[in-house]
Amino acid sequence: MQAENYSALHEFWTNLRAIPSHVYRAMFRGGPPKTDRTRSSFIFGNVFLHLHSVRTHLWSLRWSTTMGLGIVTTAAFLITLVTGILLMFYYKPYPDIAYQSIKDIHFIVPTGRFMRNIHRWAANVMVVAVILHMARAFYTASYRKPREFNWFIGWGLLVTTLGLSFTGYLLPWDQLAYWAITIGANIAQSPREITDAMGITQWMDIGGLQREILLGSDKVGEEALIRFYLLHVMILPLTLAMLMAVHFWRIRKDGGLAKPKDADERVAEEAKEFYPVFTDSPAKTYHLAAVVKGKTSAVDSGPEHTVPSMPHLFYAELGVLMLTTLICIGLAFISDAPLKELANPLVPENPAKAPWYFLGLQEIVSFSAFMGGIGIPMLCVIGLGLIPFLDREKEGTGEWFGGPGGWKLVKWSMVVGFASSILVEAFAIKFGWLREWFPDIPQLIITFVNPGTVLTAIYAAFSIWAVRKYNSTRAGALALFTCFLCGFIVLTVIGTYFRGPNWDFFWSPSDWGGH
Amino acid sequence: MTTHPGEKKSRFDPDPMPRRDFLGLAALGSMMAAFLLSIFGMLKLPKAAVSASPAKKFNVSIPDTLPEGEAFIPPGRNVAVFRDAEGVFAISTVCTHLGCIVKASPAGFDCPCHGSGFTKDGTVRKGPAPKPLPWLKVSLSGSTVTVDEEKTVKAGTKV
Ligand code: HEM
Ligand code: FES
Repeated sequence: MQAENYSALHEFWTNLRAIPSHVYRAMFRGGPPKTDRTRSSFIFGNVFLHLHSVRTHLWSLRWSTTMGLGIVTTAAFLITLVTGILLMFYYKPYPDIAYQSIKDIHFIVPTGRFMRNIHRWAANVMVVAVILHMARAFYTASYRKPREFNWFIGWGLLVTTLGLSFTGYLLPWDQLAYWAITIGANIAQSPREITDAMGITQWMDIGGLQREILLGSDKVGEEALIRFYLLHVMILPLTLAMLMAVHFWRIRKDGGLAKPKDADERVAEEAKEFYPVFTDSPAKTYHLAAVVKGKTSAVDSGPEHTVPSMPHLFYAELGVLMLTTLICIGLAFISDAPLKELANPLVPENPAKAPWYFLGLQEIVSFSAFMGGIGIPMLCVIGLGLIPFLDREKEGTGEWFGGPGGWKLVKWSMVVGFASSILVEAFAIKFGWLREWFPDIPQLIITFVNPGTVLTAIYAAFSIWAVRKYNSTRAGALALFTCFLCGFIVLTVIGTYFRGPNWDFFWSPSDWGGH
Repeated sequence: MTTHPGEKKSRFDPDPMPRRDFLGLAALGSMMAAFLLSIFGMLKLPKAAVSASPAKKFNVSIPDTLPEGEAFIPPGRNVAVFRDAEGVFAISTVCTHLGCIVKASPAGFDCPCHGSGFTKDGTVRKGPAPKPLPWLKVSLSGSTVTVDEEKTVKAGTKV
């Protein structure tokens, strides 16, 4: 039954005029986010925002807690995502044509060069940021229970990030790309160094299989390019996005960021400015919590010094996002992404260098392909993943360089880490290695005794000393992590600045000559 | 979740599934089997059956003027062909370390990538290369030399 004076036409007209406000209200049910309460419902009603909790501890907001490094990584990823999609408009993944299309992007497409530069720089920023972020999570002992799993996810993010950079490096199909990937693919094949020595390559050719799956052929060609392209624009970004969602969600479910036991007292002064939690909204969503069994992170912890995530956390995040964007754009203005000559499978680039963060690896690969390219990296990667399960101590969680030994131990580890890597390198550069002294020495001995493995052994010995001295696994982890970080820096710098044609040692690239 | 006798149960903790729920287990089992099988099947795809690379066997004619002991590089190939008093032979120029292309030098061959050095007969002189450069199979018919990149021969075999 309709009312007497009902006019459908009139109703239609009113609805038409009300469309904007109705759409707005359908999208944001809680009303405009203007009070703490509506802002809260704004956060948990939004699929993206509710990866955050509604309130954030003041400790987490301190600059010194995170240095914003996780957000820098996220921001750099978003920037590569946007610029990468733009580059895909013109890029064609086929040998030689790929090179031409990058050239078009660089020289003809409007803003093409700029986008390419930003993409390249953001990728570099992301690699640096993810390494620093990992170091910060490590040094603040934030990986401990209940955050072991999130460290593990982060580990996956690190590997995926490096994979993205490596696969992207091939796409321009220039000399730099071609030879870096040739070397990379042969590193995948290097288990042959072991299977050959044991004489079982015919039956069990793990190395050959890895290389073949990666390249889809027996050399770096069209198949390899398509595979790397697929990994770079599809498989790895999707993996990364999924892992990131889990990573963020887990932070929330693990009770926010790690903090020292007395964090509440330490932020008490700052907390005075804010309303404490639970005053404005006594009707918490308590019902769901009642059905959950077991001990979640929030059990046993009373109200803490938290502030609403909106605006406090969001402004901080936006600030870091803008800063990262600024840095990437600035770098893109200053420096162009490189593009060498078209790939030539007959003449290697000399020196042929991988992306800079792999040059430390390339340095130890120049002693033994298998140990440098697979053995030692695997050891590092597995060791990194296991840290939270080996160090189950409590002391120092959430504290910079927390745990037995502390900053003093880290300082000494830095001395050991830098000194031993520089000494071992200097020795190998000056005096050569086993093959130069005993030309007939079996390869297997060189595989296991070379500057890379010697350095690893020194680091391991030092960490065992640290474990015993402080009677703590955490102390050993602090020593080992710091040593490897220092070794990584030294080797990367040597590989980048002090290696020239024929991978010979040069004091400066200006001495390379003739190129 | 195990329940102990006497423990109060709520409607959120129903009885555990009966162990011998045949249908349930069969369904689960077949699902797992299908899943594993399909993963296995999918993994077969990326491993190419034949690789799309050019023929590995090729003919070259060595210029008459080639001095003894000097390398002749057939265009587009990663092979060095030599001729001396004992005959013709071919050595691969793909570094056994990580696959860069070595350059002939007075000492033999040098690799630009990580500094491996080889003597004139391909033996490792210095650097990280784990193996000598392989000698490739060469056959002669008249003045044309056929090199087969897929077949290696013992170092020192000249025809
Ligand atoms: C693409 C890569 C990554 C992204 C985008 C990312 C992002 C984030 C963000 C935004 C946070 C919040 C706190 C902060 O900003 O520091 C965080 C925390 C954390 N991340 Fe990552 N992360 C990445 C990789 C890693 C890696 C490689 C590790 C270690 C192996 C790691 C381990 C952790 C841990 C343990 C926390 C919790 C820290 C705490 O509770 O204090 N993440 N991550
Ligand atoms: S590829 Fe020849 S030395 Fe590494």
